[in-house]
Amino acid sequence: MRSIPPTINRTGAVLTAFALLFLALALGAAIGETAIPLDVVGKTVANRLWGAGYPLDAIDEGIVWNYRLSRAVVAACCGAALSLCGVVLQALLRNSLADPYILGISAGASTGAVAVAILGIGAGMLTLSLGAFFGAVFAFALVSLLALRAGRGTGAIILAGVAGSQLFNALTSFIVTKSANAEQARGIMFWLLGNLSGVRWPDVALALPVALAGLLVCLWHARALDAFTFGAESAASLGIPVKRVYATLISATALMTAVMVSIVGSIGFVGLVIPHAARFLVGVRHGLLLPAAALTGAIFMIAADILSRVIIPGQVLPIGVITALVGAPAFALILSRGRAAS
Amino acid sequence: MSLKAETVSWSAGGRLIVDAVDLEVMPQEFLGIIGPNGSGKTSLISLLAGIRPPKSGIVSLEGHPLAKSTRRDIAQRIALVEQQAETTERITARQAVELGRTPHLGALSPWSGRDTDIVARALDHVGMSDFADRMWHTLSGGERQRLHIARALAQQPQILLLDEPTNHLDIHHQIGLLELVRGQPLTVVAALHDLNHAAVFCDRIAVMDRGRIVALGTPTEILTEERILAVFGVAATVEHDEDGSCFVRYRRPRPKLHLISDTMKRHDHAR
Repeated sequence: MRSIPPTINRTGAVLTAFALLFLALALGAAIGETAIPLDVVGKTVANRLWGAGYPLDAIDEGIVWNYRLSRAVVAACCGAALSLCGVVLQALLRNSLADPYILGISAGASTGAVAVAILGIGAGMLTLSLGAFFGAVFAFALVSLLALRAGRGTGAIILAGVAGSQLFNALTSFIVTKSANAEQARGIMFWLLGNLSGVRWPDVALALPVALAGLLVCLWHARALDAFTFGAESAASLGIPVKRVYATLISATALMTAVMVSIVGSIGFVGLVIPHAARFLVGVRHGLLLPAAALTGAIFMIAADILSRVIIPGQVLPIGVITALVGAPAFALILSRGRAAS
Repeated sequence: MSLKAETVSWSAGGRLIVDAVDLEVMPQEFLGIIGPNGSGKTSLISLLAGIRPPKSGIVSLEGHPLAKSTRRDIAQRIALVEQQAETTERITARQAVELGRTPHLGALSPWSGRDTDIVARALDHVGMSDFADRMWHTLSGGERQRLHIARALAQQPQILLLDEPTNHLDIHHQIGLLELVRGQPLTVVAALHDLNHAAVFCDRIAVMDRGRIVALGTPTEILTEERILAVFGVAATVEHDEDGSCFVRYRRPRPKLHLISDTMKRHDHAR
């Protein structure tokens, strides 16, 4: 087991983690089509937060603050939240293939977004994000209902999720092929693969509290998640109120996922793979695994966003493409290394 | 610490699995539950552990119904070792045992040196101290079973419930494990397969058949040739030692005569 030995200073680890996160955020603000020096990024933040009054180029300051920094923070929140959801669902459902979208949430969000963007549901009152959010919540409710009716066990939830996902994906395809013109279809495709382009500070005001609250809820249940190591019955015999923990944590993951998907689209791979990567780094104890996964996910997503902006000059790729293109080989490497080490 | 089931029933899929069972477990006793496959032993153990609510009837601990206690309160006093609890997580032997401290820790009350000591003692009890840092998936079935027991001991319960704890163990470890459990200052309820283990280790034996407890008493009262034939459908001779203990010797089913004649006919045809 390659867990961090207790001799390593806790405070040191926490400080390093935050330093890494802030460095990633700063790089996220600095790197792009126009390269902006790191000190300008720092001064911009100082100007905006504490009114430091450094003389800066207004355009640079605007790019850093209005576009890149908000975008990097949302990317971090999204990466952290999706990774947390992955950790929690993999532990609760005892399935290493579980990810935040296993409950049909991303499929529902897509249908919701498409319904608003192409069918014009809500008559302009609903934004794409709001449509996606309602779609996600509706899909989750449907999947939960089906799982409850199908009976006990984690298998029922996964099967209900698969059925729900197929249904909503089919609905999305149906709407797109029937009603969308080529340009709409392209725009929706882009959104479905994850898109941070339109992200501004109001999105941060939504994503950050949700991610932090989600982290706290998950951390509060860290020991309960550990207790699921040998299954739900074993957890019950260790004093865990299994039904309540299921209800709380699955609702929390559903809400986190729905919010994130509604802001940036359904970014794949992060919620599946970061939990596994984090386990290789810090072991399986949730007290350590949850914050580690959140941090890894946050940094990974910021890095993926940077790559999506610079990999083809003058063009932004959907971030989901990057997370999978970069993430899959990296994950393969971790898997094979892990096998060699054990 | 007395654990009591009063007309407890439980059903699954419309079939009655545990049928109006009355059972009082005495403090500090080793109570064995024997019975054929599917007679409801496992379900009864889960009901006694409070991880399943009975369809009807009451399971109570010191007069207080389990249904009205929190899971955490129950787990501080009753530990359960299930049959074949497995994991694919990459945990170490020690981490598996550390889970036993869960009911004594809160989200805000951290792991302490005392917990470390309790876990070390539990590992030592089952003779697994040298294996503490081995990965779970590298351990044998017997080693895993001993760790499950250690986890239950780390829970520091007053009552230990075991569901066929000696499955997959060689005879040395079967006896060793039951002796280990017997030596604890605990009330023990164990579903057992081996009637001779029950005879050697149990203070009392309950016999389950089709969801009901059909007999309850000391090993010599319970293990009779008639009952073994009636409940298990097996012919056996029960021998009694001078010290009052008994021993079950199974006999081969008497060959049915028509089968023998069939076989002989076939041989004749072959010639």
